[in-house]
Amino acid sequence: MTRSQVIESVYLICAVCFILALKGLSSPKTARTGNLIGAGGMVLAVLATFADKRMAHLPLMIAGIVIGIAVGIPAARQIKMTAMPQMVAIFNGVGGGAAALVGLLEFTQHPDVAVARTLAVILAAVIGGVSFTGSIITFLKLQEIMSGRPIVYPGAKFGNIGLVIAAVVFGVLTASTGSAWWLVALLVVSMLFGVAFVLPVGGADVPVVISLLNAFTGLAVAASGFVLNNVLLIVAGTLVGASGTLLTQLMSKAMGRSIANVLFGAFAGSTMGSTAEVGGDRPVKSSSAEDIGVLLAYSHKVVIVPGYGLAVAQAQHTIHELAGLLESKGVEVSYAIHPVAGRMPGHMNVLLAEANVPYEQLKEMDEINPEFDRTDVALVVGANDVVNPAARDTPSAPIYGMPILDVDHASNVIFLKRSMRPGFAGIENELLFDGKTTLLFGDAKKSLTDLVSAVKSN
Amino acid sequence: MNYPTLALLTIFILSVFVGFEVISKVSSMLHTPLMSGANAIHGIIVIGAMTVLATSHGILQLTIGFIAVVFATINVVGGFVVTDRMLEMFKGRQPAKQAADSGAQR
Repeated sequence: MTRSQVIESVYLICAVCFILALKGLSSPKTARTGNLIGAGGMVLAVLATFADKRMAHLPLMIAGIVIGIAVGIPAARQIKMTAMPQMVAIFNGVGGGAAALVGLLEFTQHPDVAVARTLAVILAAVIGGVSFTGSIITFLKLQEIMSGRPIVYPGAKFGNIGLVIAAVVFGVLTASTGSAWWLVALLVVSMLFGVAFVLPVGGADVPVVISLLNAFTGLAVAASGFVLNNVLLIVAGTLVGASGTLLTQLMSKAMGRSIANVLFGAFAGSTMGSTAEVGGDRPVKSSSAEDIGVLLAYSHKVVIVPGYGLAVAQAQHTIHELAGLLESKGVEVSYAIHPVAGRMPGHMNVLLAEANVPYEQLKEMDEINPEFDRTDVALVVGANDVVNPAARDTPSAPIYGMPILDVDHASNVIFLKRSMRPGFAGIENELLFDGKTTLLFGDAKKSLTDLVSAVKSN
Repeated sequence: MNYPTLALLTIFILSVFVGFEVISKVSSMLHTPLMSGANAIHGIIVIGAMTVLATSHGILQLTIGFIAVVFATINVVGGFVVTDRMLEMFKGRQPAKQAADSGAQR
């Protein structure tokens, strides 16, 4: 075998590793092994590439890899589990950026490529560029550096049409002239489009966009595989592109939205802005931790609804303590997990698993909803949009149609909230003003600690 | 090795089907780790970045290639490490996990 045949054979093994990795990741039992198999395939692929005869500039290359590791590992290790969605967004963005740069560089080095490969170069630059800036905007939104509300500037529709026209023109010019400068112009337009693409997406929908951009990056990688004549890039990129698209569909289904609605909903002129102002000084019933502690201690059935606020306050351990205490008093406790509780599907499961909450107590939405009718107290900790009855009853609400937890069917509803600020979707929750609702203001962790001592003294 | 475009296209189409098939039965509990794991896998662009950096000439090309390698490495390393951190939380409770999983797949 020649050297390049050996390398290609190793690439084949790597491709199998990636398929097994995705397969493993879709079942809880094999997920961790799957991830490790994927990492193993990656190491193998990099080593094989080093063996390529054409390798040069090794010190620079190794320096690049070392810097990448030095940035990537601490970032991934130190990020709080609550901030993990935006971390994934950033990792995805740099991957898309890399794919775009690879396409650009290959075109600069070999401008006389065939039509099919020129098309692939253009696709890698466009999709990679969109994914790069789009991911940065999702990061800024989730990190709350930027408003989570949908942002639509005047004339946005025309702006977007203009960007698309410019992209087509620059694409044609790139292909006809073979000049890399037109490709650079195309890349810039694509990056602007990435920004324009994510700006109008509302905060609660951002995770769906992360998943979509993840699929985009996969396709950009596949396109650069066509450019470089590299089968492994095509296989791995396409796997991610296809599975990412499916995952995006599953996620938006879990939120009761269509992908089109997520992306373009803001252009349809939602009522989001106005509804948020309602009830500035309407009366709400708030109470002390002691009173609520008594109510909890003498209930038969309590359902805890954890949300993002719980995660932010790092209160998952305290709530586990409260649940244990109530159980020791004979109260039946379960957790109602909305599919998009936290910030991404499955995010809350990860956080509660971190706090050692037993799986049997975690109930999915379809399973718990019929039980609210015989629930004495629904304890909503830092969740808002996922229990907002407007999603069921108010067709004009931006979240209308999203499946929610029917906490309003419980005899009592207790909200632990920091303030009257509306949830991530930016809309008012009528349930807060309902007669059976009691509010306990304060940081989730402190409120829960107070509740623990209140229950203890009863 | 140089493959004809049609061969590459065949591989592409088959990979689309494998990609759909391989995750079609995932429970919503695993959506986040799966997305993150897939995210790490497209970091394979690192080998593309290495290839184009190797054939670069001049300071401009070398700089772009270098940035591509750094970006792609961050994607790979960060992606796998953060996925492992998520999945670490699920370890050591196999039976309960299965119960939760079958519940999710109803």
